[in-house]
Amino acid sequence: MRDKETPKANRPQLSLHVPEPPFRPGDTPDYSSLVVPDAGSAPKPDIAVDAADTEPLAKGLVRVLDDAGKAVGPWDPKLDADTLRKILRDMVLQRIFDDRMYRAQRQGKTSFYMKATGEEAIAITAAAALDRDDMNFPTYRQQGLLIARGYPLTEMMCQVYSNRGDKLKGRQLPIMYSSKDHGFFTISGNLGTQFPQAVGWAMASAIKGDSRIAVGWIGDGATAEGDFHAGMTFAAVYEAPAILVVVNNQWAISSFSGIAGAEKATFAQRAIGYGIPGLRVDGNDVLAVFASMRWAADRARSNKGATLIEFFTYRAEGHSTSDDPTGYRPAGEAQAWPLGDPIERLKAHLIGLGEWDEERHEQTRAECDAEVRKAQKEAEKLGILPEQGKDDIGSIFEDVYATMPPELAEQRDQALDEAKR
Amino acid sequence: MATMNMIQALNSAHRVTMERDEDIVVYGEDAGYFGGVFRVTEGLQKQFGKQRCFDAPISECGIVATAVGMAAYGLKPVIEIQFADYIYPGYDQIVSEVAKIRYRTAGEWSMPMVIRSPYGGGIFGGQTHSQSPESLFTHIAGLKTVIPSTPYDAKGLMIAAIEDPDPVIFFEPKRIYNGPFDGHHDKPVKPWSKHPASDVPDGHYTVPIGKAAVVREGADLTVLAYGTMVHVALAAVEEDGIDAEVIDLRSLFPLDIDTIEQSVKKTGRCVVVHEAPRNTGFGAELVSLVQERCFYHLEAPIQRVTGWDTPYPHAYEWAYFPGPKRMKKALEKVMAD
Repeated sequence: MRDKETPKANRPQLSLHVPEPPFRPGDTPDYSSLVVPDAGSAPKPDIAVDAADTEPLAKGLVRVLDDAGKAVGPWDPKLDADTLRKILRDMVLQRIFDDRMYRAQRQGKTSFYMKATGEEAIAITAAAALDRDDMNFPTYRQQGLLIARGYPLTEMMCQVYSNRGDKLKGRQLPIMYSSKDHGFFTISGNLGTQFPQAVGWAMASAIKGDSRIAVGWIGDGATAEGDFHAGMTFAAVYEAPAILVVVNNQWAISSFSGIAGAEKATFAQRAIGYGIPGLRVDGNDVLAVFASMRWAADRARSNKGATLIEFFTYRAEGHSTSDDPTGYRPAGEAQAWPLGDPIERLKAHLIGLGEWDEERHEQTRAECDAEVRKAQKEAEKLGILPEQGKDDIGSIFEDVYATMPPELAEQRDQALDEAKR
Repeated sequence: MATMNMIQALNSAHRVTMERDEDIVVYGEDAGYFGGVFRVTEGLQKQFGKQRCFDAPISECGIVATAVGMAAYGLKPVIEIQFADYIYPGYDQIVSEVAKIRYRTAGEWSMPMVIRSPYGGGIFGGQTHSQSPESLFTHIAGLKTVIPSTPYDAKGLMIAAIEDPDPVIFFEPKRIYNGPFDGHHDKPVKPWSKHPASDVPDGHYTVPIGKAAVVREGADLTVLAYGTMVHVALAAVEEDGIDAEVIDLRSLFPLDIDTIEQSVKKTGRCVVVHEAPRNTGFGAELVSLVQERCFYHLEAPIQRVTGWDTPYPHAYEWAYFPGPKRMKKALEKVMAD
């Protein structure tokens, strides 16, 4: 510490600014001061737009569904009712799936689970806006991509249970799915790593003169990782055909988005400094999510380079089964969130169009519930976590390399020998 | 057949493989137009175009991460980290991603790539142009680590690494890019052209990964070395007049333990040498393995000749670098024990 009696003592004393979320446990959340631009108010530029000209879009919020559930403004993708119904059903299915897997963890059938409650619109609608062979580099909260692309629920559950049906052979923590066939790159526990990887995949597609594009996913908290910067830089330099998505759900475990830098600028605004167009989009508005993803995909596919999209949403539940959010935020915050619930908003929209009703919704909910229960029954036939890890100990040593080196073969024999005793 | 130094041999390995396989892409800082600060990628952009060989931003994280994405797509990236001392910003991508993707996807995805990087000291490179971080990679399951010591091996191992289905960390001892260096820094450096291993075939050939080379046969003791230290060891052995067997490991993982075991069981004595610091260096693994496998054949404690457990100092280059003098001391000690 410096002596107070220095010649510079007449200067004002510095103090460290540590951002605090607006509400803590015990507070009544009040979002009336949060600026939510009207649906339909954001302009829709041409895909050849200069990054700098997207500043208002990066600061604002692209919204299509208004408070009455009507689609308004230039971003309305004018989707047909079948597409909307499919998205709605996928969202309902995912929420039920998440609830049942959460419960399975509480029942001791597996070690860990992570829900995406409140964020269903983003991944599911993104999948609808992309081509089937576009590649995603997801985080652990984009299970909606798999659901939307028809990945079997039983296989997802087998992975969660690390059971005999787990195609990752019990090696990965639950929810770290991988499916090349569904354009879903293997999930890593290390945050942010997949974001620049997506850029590399997109560069490869460009190198080979392909027409496929890549999507890199990251959360608000992980944008603070150096990988975010690397991904943005490479995407800009090589005009990579990629869509770079920041899912801003306001929370990184217990840290609010201000700790990641959101107090000073939106995440979408960061794009402009790299020379990449940035959009900030209502993440609970299926139509806005679809339109923005399609716009960015059109840009990428026509060699205009990458787009950064910040989906503004709210993590409605705990970070994971190992987290209790009442320790750091008010219990009623999700309910107070001004952008509402994505399922309820799309449901209201479809009902308004005369393409849906309460009865059909309830019927869909019941169908999805039955589908999830059936899948769970099938998955549990192949075992739950507490029964696993005994049968095929030799498999621990496989796939470290294409062929097992002698060093590992020796250890495998030792492990098998120990297991016998 | 041509006479090549190590740089030319590595360059040739790139050309030969890039001609055979259109999925190979080469990039790194200054690796494109300029051909690399050590000229290893010289002329590749001109021959193969900017889509196959290009300059990268100064971001080791980004270089490795994009290579992961490219390998996921189906390309074979051969990327350059300008100095091994600068590989650390890419370390998370290498350790958490590159090394583990085949395993964590049960083979659904693999990462065929080569991460090449000049390494090692003896060039007055100071703290950040001299390091030997190989043990940080041999410790990681899923990686192969290769270090050549001659132009012939450099080309053959590089082609093998590029064609390998698994990720290979390829450390190039920059001290011996232009000529073998035996640690006698006060004597003029010989060029590779005076060394038989500079006879390098123009076309395709491989030196298998995981196979050591006995570079000098001997009966009295076994020296385990790699990279520049192979030449230091050979010089020290000759000058000392000890009938030592010198083994160039060439590949640290997979390791040719059979060749090592056979030799130590024959000689009964072993000296392990490397430039990297001693504490938890790769030498510790070698000592353990020899102890485990050759205990009843050992006639003396195993000696280690390594860099000191300090950062690499600039002015004290020759007090730090484990040269022939320090080597000879160890050889004599292990013979006296």
